[in-house]
Amino acid sequence: MLDSLIDPIIGGVLIGIASMALLATLGRIAGISGIFWGLFAGPDRDWRGLFLVGLVAGGGLLHSLTGKPIPDAAEGPLWLAALAGLLVGVGTRMGSGCTSGHGVCGIGRLSVRSLAATATFMAAGVVTVFVTRHVIGVTP
Amino acid sequence: MKQWPALITGLLFGAGLALSGMTDTRKVLGFLDIAGNWDPDLLFVMGGAVLVTLGATPFILRWSSPLLAAAFSLPLERTIDRRLITGATLFGIGWGLWGYCPGPALTSIAYGSASTWVFISCMLGGMWLAGRLKVTVSRLDD
Repeated sequence: MLDSLIDPIIGGVLIGIASMALLATLGRIAGISGIFWGLFAGPDRDWRGLFLVGLVAGGGLLHSLTGKPIPDAAEGPLWLAALAGLLVGVGTRMGSGCTSGHGVCGIGRLSVRSLAATATFMAAGVVTVFVTRHVIGVTP
Repeated sequence: MKQWPALITGLLFGAGLALSGMTDTRKVLGFLDIAGNWDPDLLFVMGGAVLVTLGATPFILRWSSPLLAAAFSLPLERTIDRRLITGATLFGIGWGLWGYCPGPALTSIAYGSASTWVFISCMLGGMWLAGRLKVTVSRLDD
């Protein structure tokens, strides 16, 4: 039980340290949906591009350096990946953030708005999985 | 090149996501499945990250400016409105349908799966669409 919690806890602390280092150096919130959209919409494309290159490289490096196995590819039809991606895109832009910007950085700033957003998307995620797995009975 | 910390912090962030299990869609869906065989591990990812940000944010924001930029860029919006709640709801549904939120989706590019590219392309399209919808809705309001 405790062994399985070491990776989540250290991983979470790394995410927190990375967010705080970005705030301390460049004064930016590490909200991934905002960083990603800003890479296309601008302004300040330089740091956004560097951060996202680091994000992908950091994920790859972690597996090659620690030997932690790469997760199996997600199951499910491509149309579901497309629909899910579309909803995540519309929702994060309309709601001004995602798990990182609202959940990690916003709650760290004691933002009530971010707390409300986090409670809402967590609840929506739980309800969605309940409906797909236990009401409709499909398991992606 | 004053922006180099963005690369380092991105590396740390991506490594944290990959180590934590957030890039594993099965694990994420197992975490959201509280009525099934619930996997609580990802609660500790959020817990570990928020402990750090709760502790460090007030300390950093007391500085007059960040170390390598002229000023902090913080969100100014404070109100909890219909737009925020609708957006967070749509995002949560998408998250629960596939198991990716934006950070893990982008980090998973490193794993080379085609479905990840489909997800990310549609996410970008959705972000563009949300901007168009906003324009349309504000015109209707006028």
